[in-house]
Amino acid sequence: MLVPSPWRADFPAIATLQRQDQTYLDNAATTQKPQALLDALSHYYANGAANVHRAQHLPGAHATQAFEDSRSKVAQWLNVGDRGQIIFTHGATSALNLLAYGLEHLFNPGDEIVISALEHHANLLPWQQLAKRRELTLVVLPLDDAGLIDLHAAATMIGPRTRLLAVSQLSNVLGAWQPLAQLLALAKAHDALTVVDGAQGIVHGRHDVQALGCDFYVFSSHKLYGPDGVGVLYGRTEGLHLLRHWQFGGEMVQQADYHSASFRPAPLGFEAGTPPIASVIGLGATLDYLNSLDQAAVLAHEAALHDYLLRGLRARNGVRLLGSPHVALASFVVDGIHSADLAHLLTEQGIAVRAGHHCAMPLLKSLHLSGAIRVSLALYNDSDDLERFFEALDQALDMLR
Amino acid sequence: MSLPADALAALQAFQAVGSWEQRARLLMQWGERLPALVPEDKIDANLVQGCESLVWLVGRLHEGHWQFAASSDARLIRGLVALLLARVNGLSAHALQAVDLPDWFNQLGLSRQLSPSRSNGLNAVLQRMRDLSHTQN
Repeated sequence: MLVPSPWRADFPAIATLQRQDQTYLDNAATTQKPQALLDALSHYYANGAANVHRAQHLPGAHATQAFEDSRSKVAQWLNVGDRGQIIFTHGATSALNLLAYGLEHLFNPGDEIVISALEHHANLLPWQQLAKRRELTLVVLPLDDAGLIDLHAAATMIGPRTRLLAVSQLSNVLGAWQPLAQLLALAKAHDALTVVDGAQGIVHGRHDVQALGCDFYVFSSHKLYGPDGVGVLYGRTEGLHLLRHWQFGGEMVQQADYHSASFRPAPLGFEAGTPPIASVIGLGATLDYLNSLDQAAVLAHEAALHDYLLRGLRARNGVRLLGSPHVALASFVVDGIHSADLAHLLTEQGIAVRAGHHCAMPLLKSLHLSGAIRVSLALYNDSDDLERFFEALDQALDMLR
Repeated sequence: MSLPADALAALQAFQAVGSWEQRARLLMQWGERLPALVPEDKIDANLVQGCESLVWLVGRLHEGHWQFAASSDARLIRGLVALLLARVNGLSAHALQAVDLPDWFNQLGLSRQLSPSRSNGLNAVLQRMRDLSHTQN
């Protein structure tokens, strides 16, 4: 095999899917889970579940310890240091909603929020709706031909009225790293807050929030080989001080009266209700597993596999890539063929890829496409997976032409 | 209950297929046979929301019998819609209410096309047909 994955056997679901003749190439949607995570979940539930931060009993102490250990592991993963805190949410979407509600009081009519044309709905709709609530202007940065946020346009569109910039690190449709350093510098020059949607970026390489210098960084566990139901919000200390509480109940309260209450600061003040305890612990186990891998080898594997994917797509007549993907995924359309038809025939052949608008409807509309097929890779994929995809693609194209 | 002639033909054809390729090819052939929708009917009001492709569906009650017409820009969903119309066109309002459409696709070996995770839009088309049949009853 040209590009084998040494980590494939660490993910038991891959073998199961293979027995069902399924080739999983929809990793930008969610990933399969390592055995280390399954073990951690099973260990937690088999050894005594308990709620966190509220019980004096031993199971409660164990659960709280494991939960807080995960918080430290996430902080280390992002190199938070003493710059800020990690808040656990129920997903990246809920982290972004937390920001849009928690920061709402800072905005006045006429203020501007800047996003980009490639944002996932999760990093568009919370800001769009905030703009409606507070009569703000939502400014949408355009893209250049390569699928990068246009820095020339950004330099003119980010200005004194900009109060917040919220952009993706890596596009879930175009697979292109965005010029975050320049964008964040533009925003900071105008004292605007900065939010980075790291939902895709977090999965590829390691990112240092201190080096990035953003106020907030958001990602979801399930795309990073972790359990679903957990999102991570990193906030820089100064940014966290600006957040108002937005959901109420559970251990986020300090003092409660019938007619008034006071609330804890971050992180607990923003974790209302019982958090997804097992999933948070599982995320910690996933990070331990990922930390145990040779990072350079993972990056080299991802690059080789991505190159294999791009070469195969480019070798086929009529296949048109969206943008110029750098890593992780490729979205494409085929001239004269409806992507819904292609998706149907790929599904028939056990190829699990994503078809449609990829939760980025405005982006697809701006490209004048009703949909596209997206192939997205993970560290357990190998070139055999891609060969099966290419065979299925050729067969589908043959039938449709 | 006796099947309309088109439906009987569809059933015989689809029950005879042995492979997914044959089924997909047959589906596309049925799609090609679907009569073109008149331009006046290809309007946004007749678009079915919830499909990856554009699907238009219109239905009219003629002397107590339903006549649906449909189109799509994608071929396989057009085939699925053609099979749907083969089953329901000409039915009385009462008979249309009674017909078990998921079972119809099941008999054709196409039940997976109706699974909730499918975004091809067949579920949305069925829902639109139910809505149409209720408003014009």
